[in-house]
Amino acid sequence: MSDQKIVKSNSQDVQKEMITRNYDKITSGKVKVSSTFVPGNLNELLMCFDIANNLPEINAIQNAMRKKSGEMIMEAERSGHSEDVCTYVKADIGMMAKGNIAPNGKPFPDPDLLLLSYTGCFTFLKWFELLREQYKCPTVMLHVPYAADGHVTQNMRDYIVKQLKEEVIPTLEKISGIKFDIDRLREYLRKSAIAEDDLVWMLESAKHKPSPIDCYFGGVYYMGPIFTAFRGTDECIEYYKLLREEIQERIDKGLCAQTPEGDMAEEKYRLVVEGPPNWTSFRDFWQMFYEAGAVVVASSYTKVGGVYDYDSFRHDPANPLETLADYCLGVYTNRNLPTRVDMLARNIIEYEADGLLINSIKSCNSFSAGQLVMMREVEKLTGKPGAFIETDLVDPRYFSAANVKNRLESYFQMIDQKRRAGGSAIAA
Amino acid sequence: MRTFIGIDLGSTTTKAVLMDENRAVLGRGITNSRSNYDVAAMVSKQEAKISARFTLFKQALGSGGGAELLLADLERNFRLEQFLSELQQLEVTCEAYLDSPRFNEMKSALKEALSAVFRKIEGEAPAIYAPGADRKSDFFRDIAGSRFMNIAEAVAKQSGLSFDTMLNIYDKSIIDIESMVSSDETVSAQLLNGLSRALRHLDGVEVSEAEAQRALKEVLDIKLEETYVVGTGYGRVRLPFPKEHIRSEILCHGLGAHMMFPGTRTVLDIGGQDTKGIQVDENGIVTNFQMNDRCAAGCGRYLGYIADEMKIGLHELGPIAMQATKATKINSTCTVFAGAELRNRLALGESRADILAGLHRAIMLRAMSILSRSGGVTDQFTFTGGVAKNESAVNELRKLIKENYGELTINISDESIYTGALGGAEFARRAVMN
Repeated sequence: MSDQKIVKSNSQDVQKEMITRNYDKITSGKVKVSSTFVPGNLNELLMCFDIANNLPEINAIQNAMRKKSGEMIMEAERSGHSEDVCTYVKADIGMMAKGNIAPNGKPFPDPDLLLLSYTGCFTFLKWFELLREQYKCPTVMLHVPYAADGHVTQNMRDYIVKQLKEEVIPTLEKISGIKFDIDRLREYLRKSAIAEDDLVWMLESAKHKPSPIDCYFGGVYYMGPIFTAFRGTDECIEYYKLLREEIQERIDKGLCAQTPEGDMAEEKYRLVVEGPPNWTSFRDFWQMFYEAGAVVVASSYTKVGGVYDYDSFRHDPANPLETLADYCLGVYTNRNLPTRVDMLARNIIEYEADGLLINSIKSCNSFSAGQLVMMREVEKLTGKPGAFIETDLVDPRYFSAANVKNRLESYFQMIDQKRRAGGSAIAA
Repeated sequence: MRTFIGIDLGSTTTKAVLMDENRAVLGRGITNSRSNYDVAAMVSKQEAKISARFTLFKQALGSGGGAELLLADLERNFRLEQFLSELQQLEVTCEAYLDSPRFNEMKSALKEALSAVFRKIEGEAPAIYAPGADRKSDFFRDIAGSRFMNIAEAVAKQSGLSFDTMLNIYDKSIIDIESMVSSDETVSAQLLNGLSRALRHLDGVEVSEAEAQRALKEVLDIKLEETYVVGTGYGRVRLPFPKEHIRSEILCHGLGAHMMFPGTRTVLDIGGQDTKGIQVDENGIVTNFQMNDRCAAGCGRYLGYIADEMKIGLHELGPIAMQATKATKINSTCTVFAGAELRNRLALGESRADILAGLHRAIMLRAMSILSRSGGVTDQFTFTGGVAKNESAVNELRKLIKENYGELTINISDESIYTGALGGAEFARRAVMN
């Protein structure tokens, strides 16, 4: 598969170049580096202190797509981590044990700070405890309350703002030696919101028939800059502008979604997908969809960093600290199950999808807990069939292509059958 | 006539069902899947056609006048003809292997020994297919293999040749024989020969020889046109079919179960490597399903492994387990752990029957979990797949269904192994007729 020519768009090349540049910056030794996680990350705030952001999950994903995560996970297991531990964690621990080499081939510097800004995933806490043990560096934790009742209260917001003021910002000032400038933050947030408008436009472009984009496999590329180290920058705005133009062109031409093998010829199935993708067999996994003419029109994973479409959140420069609080609180997995169900059901209806497919991840409790119940609820609300597949994030041992394909094919044929709604009589 | 065929390529066996335009099942065929799905598909299809010829012949003979007797005898004699013809091919193939330079010195001795073995098997063949004879398997490989092993061991001892060498020649040759698919002409000849044999000594049959032969010839002249073939099952992607002729086994099992028992709402299928819980609506359309993930723990192969560990036949597991006085609690449905757990329990003095009952219960507990994940069990409940033939498995399942879902109608067809192929055949029929 690797020797096949991969069809790429301009925006993909631009993004690749952005990621490379960011890794070069992190490994340059010239900037302070904070490790932090994707969901609810405080990129704009870090930028106020000239601190680069290094995301361990993204490193694990990069290693998985380069087929390196398997050996890293085994390395971590050799050092005592159980089979059931989140494989992002093990890939990271294994990477450290193998010299902590970044995807650009240069060693990662030890982080100057560990910044935890999303606490909905308990594994994140434990992960940073391990990293703290390793690096003996300052750690700052922003406790983000779970939106158990389905909405964010002023109390929650105030609680986060208080932590930002009393814990997070003073720590960042101390590490960087730079005084916090709220106007600098406002400026980054203003830029974030511009890119966020185009991001939402991208997500909603999948309402077109055929959808010009795949919002899961393609979506993970499209969401890259906003959820990683670029939100709040000019290059992020430029990226989404370029992406928007490309998608608009596809809409004008009536093209189906772009795949690594070119434009999908025909759109037969429109799906909403819940859960992260599998990264070790990403291309094979995607191929199972586009070969069958299936496109993902909406996915929860494209909201893993933050949710912009459901309740129209945009970073608000007028209320800089409150808006950071709202961003952290609004993370998809920080929402309660009824809200997630509502989100998915609305996606199915608004994007005219054929149903909900859940990719349940063996080692991710944040996503996996409650998924079967969610599927049943979404089925009830929409009348559309759901299906369930099981893979893992970055452990290649847990991707059974035959099993996944079997279920996917069954699901596609189930949709066909439902559409025809043909019955049968008793066999003679 | 136009026929519609569904082929279900399982990991253990390959099944085919042949249906006519009016949705009547004319024939069913089964063979072991081997390592070659193409051949398995062709053999099972040919077997389904043979079975269809029997159905048509039965219709031509009508009932009464000893027709049933004649049919039963024809079947046995046809199988005997088939066996002898394959045995002859096996001998020719074995002899061809002797041309290899490594057999130079003992070629004539080996040829003589092989000939002795094959003459002996030939002599035993009528008894293998005698009325009421018990065969543990109907597959040529199994019957010929076990006879060959017994006889060759004795022959080797007498002639001072190496048993391993003879076995090696057999092992190589049987693969070639298994890759052969009988042509329609060969099958017709075997059927006519079988009929002659049957008529030679049959009392109580009023049909005259001429009448019977004419009727059979007429049936053999009917062209069974393969109007549409649908493939399903584990090996379906390997079938030399265009994509639209391939259906998911989940849909085929759902539809097949609905056709056998139209009241079906929940299906449990336990095959060699898969356990599936399927929900269907009143039209047999799948509304939900769940199956085992990467691990095939607790599937049919688990029982096969246990049987091997206990050095008993797969078909003996159920009956032994039925003699249990209690079910030993078995924690692991992991096939790899099962062997260790088994030996451990035996060492602790637990009875074989109790342990086996516990193993069957463990499988069914896992199946119950998959069922509940698929949406639970709704009346009526249909159990399909090879494991449905195991009475102990069925017994444990009935208990668990009652405990968890109350009194439900539980359907198990004698033909349950053909459920997927039946659904496939109906999909094939619909592709043309609807």
